[in-house]
Order: sequence, then structure tokens, then C-alpha cells
Amino acid sequence: MLNTWLNIYWLGTKELRSLLSDFIMLMLIVYSFSLAIYAEATAISESVHNASIAIVDEDQSALSGTIANALYPPYFKTPIFISAAQTDRAMDQDKFMFVVTIPPKFEQNVRQGRQPTVQIDIDATAVTQASIGNGYIQSIISQEVNYFFKRSDQSTAYPVELIMRQAFNPNGNGMWFSAINALLNQITMLTIILTGAALLREREHGTIEHLLVMPLNAFQIVMAKIWANGLIILIAFTLSMFLVVENILDIPVAGSKFLLLLGTSAYLFAAAAIGIFLGTIAQTMAQFALLVLMVIIPMVMLSGGLTPIESQPDIIQPLTWLLPSRHYMEFSQAVVFRGAGINLVWPQLTIIIALGAAFFIASLAMFRRSLKSMT
Amino acid sequence: MQTVTRIQKVTHHYHNTLALDDITLTISAGMMVGLLGPDGVGKSTLMGLISGARKLQQGQLTVLDGDMALAKHRELIGPRIAYMPQGLGKNLYAELSVEENLDFFAKLFNQPAHERKARIDKLTKATQLHAFLSRPVKKLSGGMKQKLGLCCALIHDPDLLILDEPTTGVDPLSRRQFWQLIASIRAQRPTMSILVSTAYMDEAEGFDYLIAMDAGRVLDTGTPQEIKAKTHTMDLESAFVRLLPQEKRANHSKLIIPPFKKSNASPAIIAKNLTRRFGDFTAVNDVSFEIQAGEIFGFLGSNGCGKTTTMKMLTGLLSVSSGEAYLFGKAVNANDIQTRQRVGFMSQTFSLYGELTVAQNLTLHARLFHLAPAQAAQRINTLTKRFGLHTYMDEAAASLPLGMRQRLSLAVAVIHQPEMLILDEPTSGVDPVARDQFWALLVELSRTDKVTIFISTHFMNEALRCDRISLMHAGEVLIYGTPEQLIEKKGAETLEQAFIAYLEAAIKQKKSIENIPSLPIPTSPPELELPPSNKERAKHNRFSFHRLLAYSYLETMQVLRDPIRLAFAFVGSAILLIVIAYGISLDVENLNYAAFDNDRSPESRQYLSNFQGSRYFVSRPDVHSNDELEQRLTSNDITLALEIPAGFGRALKNGESPSVSAWIDGSNTIRAGTIAGYVTGVHLHYITELANNAGIDASALAKVNLASRYRYNPTFKTVFSIGPKTPAMLLLLFPAILMAVSISREKEMGTITNFYVTPTNKLEFLLGKQLPYIVIGMLNFFILTFMVVFLLQVPLQGSFFGLMLGALFYVFAATGFGLLVASITQTQVASIFATAILCMLPTLQFSGIVQPTSTLEGAGHIIGTVWPATYYMHLSVAAFTKGLEFGDLAKDIILLALFGPVFIAIAATSLKKQEH
Repeated sequence: MLNTWLNIYWLGTKELRSLLSDFIMLMLIVYSFSLAIYAEATAISESVHNASIAIVDEDQSALSGTIANALYPPYFKTPIFISAAQTDRAMDQDKFMFVVTIPPKFEQNVRQGRQPTVQIDIDATAVTQASIGNGYIQSIISQEVNYFFKRSDQSTAYPVELIMRQAFNPNGNGMWFSAINALLNQITMLTIILTGAALLREREHGTIEHLLVMPLNAFQIVMAKIWANGLIILIAFTLSMFLVVENILDIPVAGSKFLLLLGTSAYLFAAAAIGIFLGTIAQTMAQFALLVLMVIIPMVMLSGGLTPIESQPDIIQPLTWLLPSRHYMEFSQAVVFRGAGINLVWPQLTIIIALGAAFFIASLAMFRRSLKSMT
Repeated sequence: MQTVTRIQKVTHHYHNTLALDDITLTISAGMMVGLLGPDGVGKSTLMGLISGARKLQQGQLTVLDGDMALAKHRELIGPRIAYMPQGLGKNLYAELSVEENLDFFAKLFNQPAHERKARIDKLTKATQLHAFLSRPVKKLSGGMKQKLGLCCALIHDPDLLILDEPTTGVDPLSRRQFWQLIASIRAQRPTMSILVSTAYMDEAEGFDYLIAMDAGRVLDTGTPQEIKAKTHTMDLESAFVRLLPQEKRANHSKLIIPPFKKSNASPAIIAKNLTRRFGDFTAVNDVSFEIQAGEIFGFLGSNGCGKTTTMKMLTGLLSVSSGEAYLFGKAVNANDIQTRQRVGFMSQTFSLYGELTVAQNLTLHARLFHLAPAQAAQRINTLTKRFGLHTYMDEAAASLPLGMRQRLSLAVAVIHQPEMLILDEPTSGVDPVARDQFWALLVELSRTDKVTIFISTHFMNEALRCDRISLMHAGEVLIYGTPEQLIEKKGAETLEQAFIAYLEAAIKQKKSIENIPSLPIPTSPPELELPPSNKERAKHNRFSFHRLLAYSYLETMQVLRDPIRLAFAFVGSAILLIVIAYGISLDVENLNYAAFDNDRSPESRQYLSNFQGSRYFVSRPDVHSNDELEQRLTSNDITLALEIPAGFGRALKNGESPSVSAWIDGSNTIRAGTIAGYVTGVHLHYITELANNAGIDASALAKVNLASRYRYNPTFKTVFSIGPKTPAMLLLLFPAILMAVSISREKEMGTITNFYVTPTNKLEFLLGKQLPYIVIGMLNFFILTFMVVFLLQVPLQGSFFGLMLGALFYVFAATGFGLLVASITQTQVASIFATAILCMLPTLQFSGIVQPTSTLEGAGHIIGTVWPATYYMHLSVAAFTKGLEFGDLAKDIILLALFGPVFIAIAATSLKKQEH
């Protein structure tokens, strides 16, 4: 029993040595956890940002001018004035995401209570920005019209006021979410490729056979790969989380950092097990590369980072349940933003470990079979 | 006499190791010159330099009347040199057939089809490979691979033929055929110069001129007779030992083997009717033998006769199809850890960790066998001294010369002092002195420690040292007994003669029974008259479209031989298209919310009822306290809580404008923004209704009418946006990664040497390899477009031609990026890793799948702007959903067209035409 763990330890140190001696790989890992995280987190600050907008001002009145002036950065680019005839062409050419058309005699009609119509043309191919941006434009126009006539900031007094409060991220800072999502994507991709390729490389070079004639078994070989590659990524994750995310990006971690690392370790185990599993299925590096794409892309895109799980279609949801990334996403959001404790996140942790164990066992079952097919 | 190469003060380093130390040599033309010397003395380095495969570091090297430091000269003489690197079939393409390999090499020298055919015909007939023209190289035996390698080298009538240990690991019969072939070629073309290195001294006897090397220096040169005379020896083997410096031959003495005393112990290895089939091919057929404890048992046979398979069955690496195997009296069991502790195994191919140093490899194995640290250190010390590895301790194993690697493998196999050793061609490629040292160790182990040794070899002098040997051919044991018995039975003089006689008899018998082409026996040196090759054409060094196509054809064949990869490429992206297009929904639906109603009045219930009917919201049980509200948001039970203050109903009636609070889970900011929009919508709807109920026309309250028009996607379905964008993602990632792996595989397997030493230029190589992947990418484009239109029901309203042209440039750019990555990285793993890491982030995050690139900030914005996926996504959406015509798509198409050439240019600059 002791020998088993010693073997796993020594085999693991071999993995570490191999990886640490590969300069290009190390540089890629450093990049993935520093620049890549920073770039992704800072790329999206708001759901609508810097949106291109044009105004067709057929009124040329003080009021229409006020409206144009109210649409400004950072939500929108400074509006460009175009003529009504240009609208279709400009939108086709993707020059503008929004075109606001203010009709002739607009100010006059408003004064007379005739409720003139302001048309907002929206390029709906950018789905999220279209709906949120439309909301912004509508409220800005209403506000400006009210203000223009009342000379006061008070919008129309509604019988019931609505106050929006964002829990856990009071300013609605988009960087917070992007940063955590970026970290999840990087650890998923790196862990799966590193562990799987490490196994496949040994198969291609015949070193696995060499190990199997020694007093070692598949369990030990696989465990060694998992802990060693997992550890590298865990260290990279920890440094990235506390240096890049907390310090440079200034994103607070609401929950227990220990719990976060614990859950991340569990997730790394699951991701590494998936990597090993792919490494046992593939026959060549080319096949492995394709398999990796087929697994990583759904893991990254369907984790809930792009589309919340509850909004995914019913047919897809049971599939995404099988993705450890989905549960880890829930876990890390809960811990980092909502400050959830183990009492709340234990179900996610359990599922992550269970999925990891399932892939782990499956790869052990595949292990010897995979060797035979190589010869 | 003319000289073929003049070497002046050439010095070569690998990192800190000195491989060649100030060498000065002149080699005359039209001769067969042998390079002799122990392992790692710089023979391969010297050959690499002369062939132009390696970059000259220091000194002057003239080959075929020109300076090899000049790229122009290398290009000029490339067609006149042929280089066959060390290693069985090292520069051949394993998946391709014999004919396809030969055809490829011929195409590289621009030979027209009829000439290629004629030459392939002649060469394969002369080498008895003609019957195997359609057999894949990976299924050839080692000897056949070497013969094919030679054919590939001879296809263009070189003036200088460089062969690096061509017969290492080749059985005696094939070896004899190989040299016969060389002899007949020389008879044909007496002007051809041959430079060859070998570990077989009997081969060296037949060379015109010998160069003995040691430690990067030339010890002596001369004809075999001169060298023997100088050293006062009768044979070259002794002469060679005599030439070595004093300290290297100090411990070299004639090996004396004490007779084997049979003990009464039960046999250590028993094989009973062992049979192993791979599909319908029987690799090992009904093999039985017994090996006594402490015996040295030799295993001989032609390449690919089943020796390795038998050994693997004994170690449990391969399961037996039928029959039984026992080690130490116990049936072989793949899960028996205890037995493995008692056995040492060395496989034919190097299977240690190349990236670890010699010391690290040894220590790792000592640890894995649980040697006590002190014992381990002592053992490692002893072994490294014994095998002459101590000067290499801190070198990475991969950078060791072949012979040194073999020694390391041996040291590892015996590190734990096993009771049994199973060694598969352990001395292949090891120089004579080191082989003797190794055998001294084996003899000591066998006679003193009673270690059972089961060893396979191609060296007859080693076979003679075995207590008993067994001869195998085509999966069957022909005969076994003591070496003397075997020689006697055939009435031969030497074991080699006996060996060849047994094999020939077996081949004849088999042939007459089965009447199938098997390894034929040449009776006389083969006739070899090649049609003249047109040198002028081959010298054409400008860009050759034929060579480019040769690479394309080669790559296509390789892809087609791996149908699983092809299937993954097509089916994989089709599956991903479905999963992603359905899975990504930017509509936020089914949000869990709970009411925190502090008022419980009819008015508050009426307010809340507005949320109940909505498709966006799903009601959860009410919240009853602030703590509960926070706790349920934290646990993700709800994403929205609506808090209605006490006295809401009263305040509403009194017109006091009470406030309702909406608590939104802000952890996912994009979702939070959308939820806020929905809540506002429901709220406004409530207010309008309230006004209507009070008899007021609510819309009159608003001063303006805001009419939103959602263009291009009026139903606002995500699929109209994601559907056209998903192929953009797949058409980049798949071709890029396939391309990168393809190039780095050549680097890892060694076939890149063909690019180094043939007149192929960088662009021919890169574009030629790229072409098939562009075709695969375009096929994928058609499949994905078809699926988007018919499965996802997103009509292609705009110009199909524009989209297709854009896709072509896009796939060109994607594969170009793969080339770029592969030109920088060395291994397949690194290139997969790099391609995935460098492509995923920009494609998934910065190219506008969800967030248009123009709305991004900082580095993300910059990366997105210079990434081709951005423009293809844009183009695809414009063509599908916006229905734009060609003219409106032109801008994106032009931008896309720029990426490919830029990537290729960078790749061509970073790709090396020589090895360092």
C-alpha cells in the first residue's frame, strides 16, 4: 500500500520534471494564466459598450439635439448624423448597431401632445446588445424628453417606483464575471490537454509498455499524471487568482479561499481524468487533438459562462449536467461572488468528484486495451 | 583522384557537448568510405553535416566542389546527394506503401511519370521488394525497410550516397542482401561515392577506405589492410580496439565464459505452444521452449519473425491467443506485480524518458523498484561506470547518441538486480567495446548470481556466447540447441552460414507449401541498370509545382490511411455545430424568483401576479425574512427577489408612490442586465394596467412613442446569430490543429529529414502540406453550411459565392496559422497545446460570438481586430441573416484574404531548412 503511493509520488515527479524542462509549454501556461485572463476580463466591461449609433435628425430642433447629446460613451460611440436614405445601406454594411430616427416637427408635436414616434432600428444579429441597448436608448430618450419639458431630473411620477439592486456585485461590474469565466476556461483547456497528451505521448513512444513491465499498474501511472499535471495548473490558478484577479483586476473574493482551492482541486481532478480518458481512446496525436476540441468547446461554451444553464434548451440541459465545468461554474460563482460556504456548495463538489471518478474508472478500464491497439 | 568532400577544422557542439573537435579530412570520390568508431564520437554529426541536413557551426566544409555554408550551393548539389539517416525506416512514411514512398521521393526530384515508373520497377526488382509494392511500410520487417530506404536514396542517381548505420538491427540474411545490392550499384555507377558508418567490423573489411573516429576526432585513416598492418592485428575488430586511447581499452579483455552448470531447479521460463494472432495474421505460431534458471538463452531470427511478440507475451504486455507461458513456475499474469519485481525488460525501441537526464532516469527507476537510497546511489554509481555513462549523467536522454541510449536502457533494466532479464536486441547500435563490456556483465550475472537471461540479437558473435540459441522464422521456432550443435547440424563453418542456411531452407519450404511471395533469396548479385535520370531537370531549384503536389499527395494519402481522424474532423464539427447552436441561447428564460411580500395586501398580490404569468420567470416559494432572501440568493435557489414593503397597498391608494425593490443576482453580469430589462418591462406593464383600470389612457402619459424595429432577426432568435457564427469557430480550430499536428509529426518522427536534404524549398513544403487540409476545410464548410440551412433552419439569404470565397480564404488562414505554430514548436504535444491555447481565446471571446469585437476594450479589442475569425463571423452573419450580396461582402473577403499569406510568410521565415 505504501509502495503504491510512493510509486505514484515518484512517477509524478517525473511528470513535473518533463513539463518543467519544456520552455515553450511553460511560457504558454504563464501566458494562459496572466495575459489571457487579463485580456478576457478587461475586454467586456458592460453588456453594452461602445455601441455604434447613428441619428437621423429630421427635426433639427433643440429637443432632437438634446437627445443626440445624451447618447455618449462609454455605452455608445459618439453618434453620427446620417440621412434617412442612408439608413438601410449603413446598417447593411454594419456601420451602426442602432439608428435612431427623429421625425420632422418632433419637438413641436411633443409640445402639442401628439405623441410623435421615434423609430429605433436595431441590428438584432447581436442579440444581447440589441435588447439591452434598446432598453438604454428608450429610457434615455424618455428621460431627455421629460427633462426637456419639465427642466427637472424627475421622470414622470409613476404610481409605483421600482428600485433595482444587484446583489453580490453592486455596481454590476462585468469584469468580475468575465475574470472567473476566463479562469474556468483556461484550467479546463490546459488540464485536459496536458494530462491527455502526457499519456498519449508515452503510448506513442512506447514508454508506457516499459512502465507496465515494472511493478507498477495502470492506477499508479494514471494517478501520477493526474496529480502532477493537476498540481501545475493548481499553482498557476492560485497565482492567477490572487495576483491577477484579486490584486491587478481588484476583484474581491467573497467566500473562503480555502474552499475555492478545494473545489478547484476537485475540478482539476475531473478535468485531468477526462484528459486521461481521451488519451486512452485516441490512437494518434492527431486524433487526440480533434477529440480534445470536441470536448473542450462544449465544456467551455456550455458551462453557463455564456448562457445560463436555466436558459439552455431542455434537450441540452441533461447533456450539460455531465460536464464537470457546469458544476464548477456554479461552485465558483457561489463561492467567489456570493460567499457561499461548504453547506451550500457541497452538492456541486460531490457531483464534480463523482464525474471525475467516473472518467477515472473508465480510463482505467480502457487502459490496457488502448495499449494493445497500438502495436 | 577527385575529392568528394574536404573537411577543414570542423567543430560542432550540442549545447555544452563537443561532438566534433577540429576535424580535417579529405574523402576521395568514387570510393566506399567507412566511418568507424564507438558510440557518440560524432559519426552521425559528421554525416549530417556533409549531407547538408545539419547546419555547419564552425570550420570549412566543401562537398562536391562547393561551400556547404552557402544555401545556394546546398540547393545546387541537393539533387546529387542522398542521405539515409540512422534508424530503421527513419525517413520513410509508415502509413504509405512501398510504391507510394518511392514515388514520393522520385517526385521530389521532378521525374516524369514514365521515368518514375521505370526506376521504381528496376529498383524494387533488384531488391526483391517488387512483390510488396502495395504493402504499407509499417508492416515491413526491419531489413526490408532498410532496403526500401536505400531504394529511396538511389531513386535520383546521387553522386554521393550517405548511409548512417544502414544495417544496424538488421538480420544477417537481409544484411547480406543489402551489401550485395550496394555492390551491384557500384558496379553500375563506379563514379558514385559512398560514405557509410557501421558497427559491424566484418562489413568494414569490404570498404575501400576507413576513417576511425573517437571523441570527435579522427584516430586514423587508411584501407582496411593498412589499418590492420599499422596495428599489427589480424582482424578489424581487434585493430579498432587497438586504435582506441589507452584508458578506453584498459578494461577490455577477451571475454571468457565459464561453462553453464545446470541446476536442479525447475525451468525459469516455460513457453508451451504459444500462439499470437493479430487479426488474420499469425505473428507467433505454436512456439515452445524451456529456459533453465541461470541460463543465457539467445533468440535469433530475421526481422519481424515474432521474437519481440514472444518476449512481450512472456512479460504479460501482450495476451496470448493460445498456449501457456510460465515465469518462475507461475503462469504469466498481466496483473502480477510481484513477478515483475523479479524481471528486468528492455524493449527494442528506446523507451525511457528522453526529456529526463541520464541521472534522473536511473534515479526514477531505482525509486520505482524501491531500492533503499544508499543502495540506489551505489548501484547507479556502479552501473554508470560499467556502461561508460558517467560523463553523460546530466544530458537529456533524448540527446544521447543511439549507442549511449541503448546502454542507458540496459542499465535501467538491471538496476534492481532482477532474477531474470528479457532483453530485446539490447546491443543493436552499440559499438564492439561496449558490447563486450555489456556481455561481461551478463556473464557475471548469469554465472555468479544465477540470473536467467533471455536475449535476442543479430550479432553472431553474441549468439555464440549464449548457452543455447533458438532460431525463429515467420512465427515459428526452426530449431534450438547449443550454437555448436546448430553449426554441426548444417555442416557449416560459422554460425552465420548455418543461420542463413536454416533460413533459406525454411523460406524454400514455406514457398513450396503456400506458394506466396516471401522474402526471396538472391542467388547472384541483382542486375541493376537504371534508366538515365535527367539531372538538368532536378537541378531546377526554382519553385516547383510538381514537388508541391508531391507533398500534397503524400499528405492526402496519410490522411486517408487514418479514416478515424478524417471522421472526427467531419462528424466532430457537425456534432459541435448542433450542440453549440442549440445550447447557446442568449434569451434569458425560466428564471427562478421569489416574492418577499411584507404587505400581503390585495394590491401587493396584484403586483406580484404580473410576474407569475411571464415565460421569463418561474415562481419559487415566498421569502419571509431579509436573512432568508440573502441566503436563497447565495445558494442560487433564486436569481431574483421582489421585495414589497409593508404598507404598500395603503401607500398606493394614497398616491404616495411606494417603492418595490428587485434584488438581482449580479454574479453573472450579462444575465443581470437582461433580467433588469425584463423586470422593468413587467413593471411598466403593471403600471399601464393600473392606469387603464383607473380609466386613464396610460399611453397618453408618455410624450413620445418609441417604436423599436429589430432588423435582420425580427423574431429575435439566437440561432439566427449563433447559427452562422458557429461554423466560423469550427472552420478555424479544426483545420489549424490538424495542420499543426501534421507538421510537428514529421519533426517528431524524423521524416522532416527529407525536407532538409532534398531540393524541396520551404514554400513547396508548407503549401504542399497545406493543400489537403484546405480541401478538408472546404468540405467541412459545405457540410456545415448545409446543416445550418436545413437543420438549424437559418436561410442563406445573401450571396453563397461570397460566403464560399470568404470561407476559402478563411480556411487558408486557419491552416496557415497551424503552419505558423508548427514551425515554431518541436513536438506534437507542444503544437497541439500552442494551437489550442492561442486559438481558443480569440475565437471564442474576441471574435464576436456574443459580444461584437467593436464593443470590446483593451487587449481583447486589439486581438479580435487582428484575428481572422472576427471577419469570417461578420461575413457569415451578413451572408446568412442580413442577406447581403457579393459587393457588400467584399470588404470582409478582402480582409480575410490577407491573413493566410501573412501567416505563411511568418511560418516560412521561422521554419529551418537545416537541423542545428
